[in-house]
Amino acid sequence: MSSLDSSLSMIPSPPARRILIRRHSLAVRLTHWINVLCLSFLLMSGLQIFNAHPELYWGQFGADADHSFLALEAVNENGALKGVTRIGSLEIPTTGVLGASLINGELRPRGFPTWITIPSYRDLAAGRRWHFFFAWLFVINGFVYLAYGFLAGHFRRDLAPTAAELTPRHLAHEIAAHARLRFPKGEAARRYNVLQKLTYLAVALILLPLMVATGLTMSPGIDAALPWLVDLFGGRQSARSIHFIAASLLVLFVIVHLAMVLVSGVLNNLRSMITGRYAIDADQPAAAKDHLP
Amino acid sequence: MTITLNRRRFLIGVGVTASAATLSGCSWLTENDSVQRVLAMAERLTMGSQRFLLSDEALAREYSEADLSPVFKSNGTHEPDSEDYAALADNNFADWRLIVDGLVEQPLSLSLADLKKLPSRTQITRHDCVEGWSAIGKWTGVPLGLLMQTAGLKPDARYLVFHCADEYEKTLDGSGQYYESIDLVDAFHPQTILAYGMNGEDLAIPHGAPLRLRVERQLGYKQAKYLMRIEAVDSFARFYRGKGGFWEDRGYEWYAGI
Repeated sequence: MSSLDSSLSMIPSPPARRILIRRHSLAVRLTHWINVLCLSFLLMSGLQIFNAHPELYWGQFGADADHSFLALEAVNENGALKGVTRIGSLEIPTTGVLGASLINGELRPRGFPTWITIPSYRDLAAGRRWHFFFAWLFVINGFVYLAYGFLAGHFRRDLAPTAAELTPRHLAHEIAAHARLRFPKGEAARRYNVLQKLTYLAVALILLPLMVATGLTMSPGIDAALPWLVDLFGGRQSARSIHFIAASLLVLFVIVHLAMVLVSGVLNNLRSMITGRYAIDADQPAAAKDHLP
Repeated sequence: MTITLNRRRFLIGVGVTASAATLSGCSWLTENDSVQRVLAMAERLTMGSQRFLLSDEALAREYSEADLSPVFKSNGTHEPDSEDYAALADNNFADWRLIVDGLVEQPLSLSLADLKKLPSRTQITRHDCVEGWSAIGKWTGVPLGLLMQTAGLKPDARYLVFHCADEYEKTLDGSGQYYESIDLVDAFHPQTILAYGMNGEDLAIPHGAPLRLRVERQLGYKQAKYLMRIEAVDSFARFYRGKGGFWEDRGYEWYAGI
């Protein structure tokens, strides 16, 4: 493809050359936006809960006297408060953000800062209420999505990669194309590319269910009902740590996801996730062939 | 090109502003009563589904001696500071009595020696604090169900309220007194015990001497320490702020299975 073509494609093309295809079903759009709402509240109320004991342990138990592998600490250095993020024995100064941050203009010990927690002030009970309410909504929404994905063929049709897509050659080609911010056009843009398929499958079928399972393992009631959960994750404190790590991976996914949405045609992407309609160039069969080796 | 970038910038700006305003800065949302009532519906859903999943007899995980926490963290009150409690402690709790009353056929008054003569249960269980940490300890005590059978619950008894010796928050009206409540499902659960021993020794003061409750399928704040009196009631609405416990009165869930 010539450089002229690629720069042209960034300008909204005349309507005559573009067609609108139906990209996202109503079920996918609805569950997607409910998920955005749930995960936003779950993350920020989760950080409120984490702040009640900003340390992570591995194993069955873990409290003040035990070894934590991650801690957001506040230390007093010559009368000045400093925030420290400790990972293993590595100590990173994070004053102002992690370990110690401003509360009403004053530097105080605090795991995550006020602007990223719900409520902004310290209130574990309220944080738990927000967390569990949206956890329920998230689980119900997740079941609707999974039922639709399996029963209506969304996973098989749209997300399962083909054997040809999984060859190292094709994967390398896709990764290189993404790194240069070149995205499929024309007919090829009708479908998710293989990196999208693999990422969405990993998030929907591994990461999000892992969040629910590790969250439930922290519940003493659920542990009595489903004791194998504790064994699966190697203890309640391990489950709590995995819950935190998986949440961090989700944040990473959202950052990359949003970046990709922005650089690959933000209005078209947004429209397709709201109305379902996605614009592609109808008369570029050559470009499509060029993209699928 | 320029137009697109401006739109992008605009949309990023709108997105960031909207989420920040909705999620973090808006105290009208976090402090609104109707919002809080809607959020609290999740507690009923949680309790309903856990009770559905959990048979009344399902046991909390029991661990081995090798799993014991080297240091079991003492949380909440470390030593009640009333003169009455100090006098009891000075005499090694020989004058202490556990009162069992309320909606029972036969009110009881039991000394520590009386309790130790009753059949006991020892269990190594995990204590999960609402804050997120856990500690594993070995508890020895009298099954609460046994005591309740002896006292004989009246038909309208639905909850047991545990009155404690510690005032956790100093208030003028006395509403800072620690108390807790559980329903009869948990009261008669085989692992629900009144513990007088911990890790093979007498229960120490930081852990609730002379007697503390163990309700192993719920969080730490239900494990009331410094027990003085168990009152069988049909409703806990008349106690303190009416939510069934010290932490419940301060916004925490009454059902602490999660």
